Amino acid sequence: MGRRLAGLFYHRPKLQLGALLAAPMAWLVLLYLGALAILLITAFWTVNPLSGTVIKEFSLENFEELVNVPVYREIVWRTVRTAVLVTLTDAIIAFPIAFYMAKVAGRRGKAILVIAVLMPLWSSYLVKVLAWREIIAEHGIINWGLGPLGLHGPGEGLVAVWLVFTYLWLPYMVLPIFAGLERIPNSLISASEDLGASPFTTFRRVILPLVFPAVVAGSIFTFSLTLGDYIAPKLVSNEQFIGTSIFASITNNQPFAAAFALVPIVIVIAYLGVARRLGAFEHV
Amino acid sequence: MRRDVHSARTAWLIAAGLVAFMLVLAGCGGGSSSSTGGGGEGEGGGGASGELQKLGKGEGEVNLISWAGYVEPEWVKPFEAKTGCKVNDKVAGTSDEMVQLMETGQYDGVSASGNATARLWAAGQVSPVNTALVPNYKTVFADLKEQPYNTFEGVPYGIPHGRGANLLMWNSEKVKPAPDSWEITMNPKVAAKYKGHISQYDDPMSIAEGAIYLKAHDPKLGIESPYELTEEQFNAAVQLMKEQKANVGEYWGSAEKQIAGFANGSNLVGTTWQYQYFALKGEGEPMAASPASQGFLPKEGATGWSDTWMISSKAKHPNCMYMWMNWIIEPKVNAEVAEFFGEAPAQELACEHTKNPNFCKEYHAEEPAFWKRVYYWQTPLAECSEGGPEECMDYNQWVRAWTEIKG
Repeated sequence: MGRRLAGLFYHRPKLQLGALLAAPMAWLVLLYLGALAILLITAFWTVNPLSGTVIKEFSLENFEELVNVPVYREIVWRTVRTAVLVTLTDAIIAFPIAFYMAKVAGRRGKAILVIAVLMPLWSSYLVKVLAWREIIAEHGIINWGLGPLGLHGPGEGLVAVWLVFTYLWLPYMVLPIFAGLERIPNSLISASEDLGASPFTTFRRVILPLVFPAVVAGSIFTFSLTLGDYIAPKLVSNEQFIGTSIFASITNNQPFAAAFALVPIVIVIAYLGVARRLGAFEHV
Repeated sequence: MRRDVHSARTAWLIAAGLVAFMLVLAGCGGGSSSSTGGGGEGEGGGGASGELQKLGKGEGEVNLISWAGYVEPEWVKPFEAKTGCKVNDKVAGTSDEMVQLMETGQYDGVSASGNATARLWAAGQVSPVNTALVPNYKTVFADLKEQPYNTFEGVPYGIPHGRGANLLMWNSEKVKPAPDSWEITMNPKVAAKYKGHISQYDDPMSIAEGAIYLKAHDPKLGIESPYELTEEQFNAAVQLMKEQKANVGEYWGSAEKQIAGFANGSNLVGTTWQYQYFALKGEGEPMAASPASQGFLPKEGATGWSDTWMISSKAKHPNCMYMWMNWIIEPKVNAEVAEFFGEAPAQELACEHTKNPNFCKEYHAEEPAFWKRVYYWQTPLAECSEGGPEECMDYNQWVRAWTEIKG
């Protein structure tokens, strides 16, 4: 039986490929694309204002509301702004760490640093956000440290959201940059020095262009993760983001939530388009 | 190069094919689910399955949705031992969440507040209750029976659980003098003193708190019920809440979040429920609320709730649910529930079983006149009640306004 089956597959390479890919393709199509398709369809439905029951009739109402009510534009703009800010901050913080790991640290030091960067990913996301909630609280460590100087920490709010996201997604920025830097041969840096370039010029004209696609690759993580998150903003601020608005609508108006969920998808697709142009997908 | 173009085209074709396939599949799915769920879409669908006629044997378990503090081991364990119905409880933070959980059809019952009951009924999510199968119902306070939030078209749809007012709570060490009015959170000038330390419930129902404040302090607006607002009254309340935002430190969506905020000192004053107040006091935090002798009410009155246990129209364990509804208003149990949570019991006979002999007096359980100053949560509807304004702002407008208030 087994041999006959093997024989059947041996002469039919297409069947072989089909059998191999059937399970992952089913997963991708049914669970991933299927969910997206349902989301897209639901976005055109509405709800009965009293009962909250979904009315399955085509309508552009949700999109009109998204475009016409100023508060939603503001929420989208705030979310994008935060995502960009978090991405830039992470890039600035991650670069020196990654550079040290890739070019300066010895073998042992490198291993320890990689583990140190990965370590936060081993603990629960929620624990980390809740820890931050305590850090920025009125009686938290920030105010404890700043108190004697007559200063007061940021408390809950946009600044707290920015701090927490920057902390949460930092490893996702460090690792791609580290990988990108490791691929740059040291001889290129030596050659640049031999030709008389200052360290800054070497950085600007040799290292940065070579590692830039890796930075862009890392930014895809930090940007899209910030764009979609709803738990951290809820826990450390009162500000509404795309994610928190979707979460709030899910309980009383799923079609509107679905329509709103398409906004970050469109933004991320646009972002991926830009990232592709910047070469993020070429060697990483 | 040509090969690349060719493979790209193939990839697009595959992708397009997949999307088309999914659309067809989703279309079928949508169609079939709309035909099964269609029963509830008419006006006031009511329970499609009708009420239970005869109580049978327990099914071994019951799945509940409740407010924090309603389903506690103290009275759940004896219930399980007596009936053999294992209780699985899901705590919800808001009425919207309760409505959505009920839509899943996985729950047998819910402790719904007045801003959820009408919606659950209109969506056909709940069944009428055959009160003959709930012997303890006879001695429920008369002014809790046949109310617009638990009886529809003359048919009872639930069993009253208890009632109370939402509290104004403050940190007695930091907030002095003790407030006796919502002014401390609602009047921008007074609230500015506690800027960044005010705690407000994250729910459209909070707009009603603004309306109660305006009812007392801006009589020109002519507000009667804080849930039946004309456009002008509504806009004034929304404006007030927008001004309040500058002073709010935290909008809380779950009891745990608020408890943590008060415990770590970030929050000093705000709206709360009895559950958080007693939990914080239990931990030795310096919390205070309007005195029990005033029914916890600041001078303007307060929003409140009169909650109802409703049975799902899709209940898989209806017998256990009926046993639960009878159990929760058993005199001894209802006394325990009321004292644990800090609310007025629904059961008349519960007053004889409270540990504190004056409990019912302190919570005004037997004084219908007192409850006139407590505005039970209800769903804002476009059609106002008789004698009210001509046209009212409906719940969707409340929800949108709440998003705009938070900015």
